[in-house]
Amino acid sequence: MYEKDGEKYFVVDGHMHYWNAAPDNWVPGAEQYAKGWIECFHAYMGLGPPETHWTLEHFQKYSEDDLMKDVFEDGYVDVAIFQPTYLLEWYKEGFNTTERNAEMGKHHPGKFVYNTRFDPRDGDEGLKALRENVDRYGSKGLKLYTAEWNNGSRGYKLSDPAAYRFLEAAQDLGIKNVHVHKGPTIWPLDKDAFDVADVDHAATDFPELNFIVEHVGLPRIDDFCYMATQEPNVYAGLAVAIGALMHARPKFFARVMGELLFWVGEDKMLFGSDYAIWEPKWQIEGFVDWDYPDEPQFSDYPRVNTATKKKILGLNAARLYDIDVPPEYQLKNGGTPGAHEVFAGEPEEHAASGT
Amino acid sequence: MTARATASAGSDVRSATAGSPARADRRGAPGGEAPRSGGPGVIPRASTIFAALQTVRDPELDEPITSLGFVASAAVSAGGDAEVRLRLPTYFCAPNFAYLMVADAYDAVCAVPGVRRAEILLEDHFASDVINGGVAAQSGFVQSFDGEAVSELDGLRADFLRKAVLAGTDQVCRPLLTAGTAPSELLGLTLGDLPPSVPLDRLRQRRAELGLPAGDDAPLVIDPVTGDPVSPDAVPLHLRRAQSTRIGIEANGGICRGMLRHRYEDCGLGEEEQ
Repeated sequence: MYEKDGEKYFVVDGHMHYWNAAPDNWVPGAEQYAKGWIECFHAYMGLGPPETHWTLEHFQKYSEDDLMKDVFEDGYVDVAIFQPTYLLEWYKEGFNTTERNAEMGKHHPGKFVYNTRFDPRDGDEGLKALRENVDRYGSKGLKLYTAEWNNGSRGYKLSDPAAYRFLEAAQDLGIKNVHVHKGPTIWPLDKDAFDVADVDHAATDFPELNFIVEHVGLPRIDDFCYMATQEPNVYAGLAVAIGALMHARPKFFARVMGELLFWVGEDKMLFGSDYAIWEPKWQIEGFVDWDYPDEPQFSDYPRVNTATKKKILGLNAARLYDIDVPPEYQLKNGGTPGAHEVFAGEPEEHAASGT
Repeated sequence: MTARATASAGSDVRSATAGSPARADRRGAPGGEAPRSGGPGVIPRASTIFAALQTVRDPELDEPITSLGFVASAAVSAGGDAEVRLRLPTYFCAPNFAYLMVADAYDAVCAVPGVRRAEILLEDHFASDVINGGVAAQSGFVQSFDGEAVSELDGLRADFLRKAVLAGTDQVCRPLLTAGTAPSELLGLTLGDLPPSVPLDRLRQRRAELGLPAGDDAPLVIDPVTGDPVSPDAVPLHLRRAQSTRIGIEANGGICRGMLRHRYEDCGLGEEEQ
């Protein structure tokens, strides 16, 4: 939990990792991709405050103790949601698999939620693995990385018939939440790999599932916002939005937050540190202190207050994952009304009602 | 190992798909003469190579690759052999946009008077070999990424030009709205009604590249797909989306600059901080 100015915040880190990207885990022949991937992640860390930067060596492989200290002891997090990323073509044991996460998490009961994943290109074997993981780890959520390379394929779309087959199976197994992470490759490669139209299709066709678009659709925030405003079961995962922008580009961060609060609304935004790309501590402290700059260009956006931040930092994710929140962290009187209203054609009215 | 993208400037056109909205000016008809100006005896200078590269944009960020810092070096020999080294913010930047930038740089440099051969080398990218080799051989995107793509990148480019038009619409309309102009009043305005400005010139240019009306008598607010005027009911939403599009592009640009700086300490040729 985090406490500031007498306000208590229950913190759910909705997007974090326990990876091994050290050379001992690189697939022979694919070393350049394994190296390129982790160096790219490390560059993202460079967008955070300098005092929070790690060496590349530490970043490649950190320990269980490091994670527990950074996330829970120093980082204020109450419950953390593991989002696995397999990348088995590049990392021998995977980048961070459900198994690796759960093996580590079993020493810390109650601290972690174990999401799992599927890859629709894995066919019947993949379905079997999905069932086994849900049974074994009690997963209620999935993390899908649609740009993952698999046996010559450079990615898939959520609207592919094969993906629908897996989504149907996941729903039957009791999965509620699907976190979607877009990357730079897809099939066919001439299309925009970051397009979120496939999430739109899947969200319409699977109304019982919640779709959390990670990294708020970056680099397609505009398309994501417009899609999310029309789909009641689409949420914004804030991993990267806070980490990459709040410190490095505060003006852009304020505008991106304003857009998200306007289109998506404070009830559908979820904090995620993306640890170990960034430690949660500075992100949480900074976000609780954050407000728009006092400039006219920000005056039309929905206002933010402590209730907004309590929802985003933990209460929204707790709702999606049925995480118990002690009474002292709950909003009194239900908090302020949600910032979001479906676009009615008059943005001026919206701004007035958001204050 | 980086593939050397070497080809004779006059040998072939880049791909068989004519009508790329952005660079149709630089591309000959399929099978015809590649664009080439100047003749024997013209000695190109590095500054003219750089000037040519200033016309090449990142299609996603709608900004010159020079100001973004993507040009590591640009040189040309007295004999007209040009060599340009490009770099991107990450090893995994989207290969389709990377291909467009390398191909456009190739076309732009080849069109410089006196350039006999051009080498464009994208460095430190997972698909450097495929992209550099494909552009050098003028293979086109589909052939370069054999089996991974179904069409050339004209559609992708046009989609992002439309985003640029939307973002540009916000840039020129936002000051008017802030000054008290009602959204409905914008409908009556033409491009010629606005005072001259850099953003207005840019909006006109992007619209022209898409074949959309861009003259003084063209409506200010148009649908970037059809070119039709936007209906009064749809104007508030249109302007709101234009704002989101602009913010999305600008935020991405900020992240890309930060990533590039982490990756390369030295500034690119013509790099501008923003």
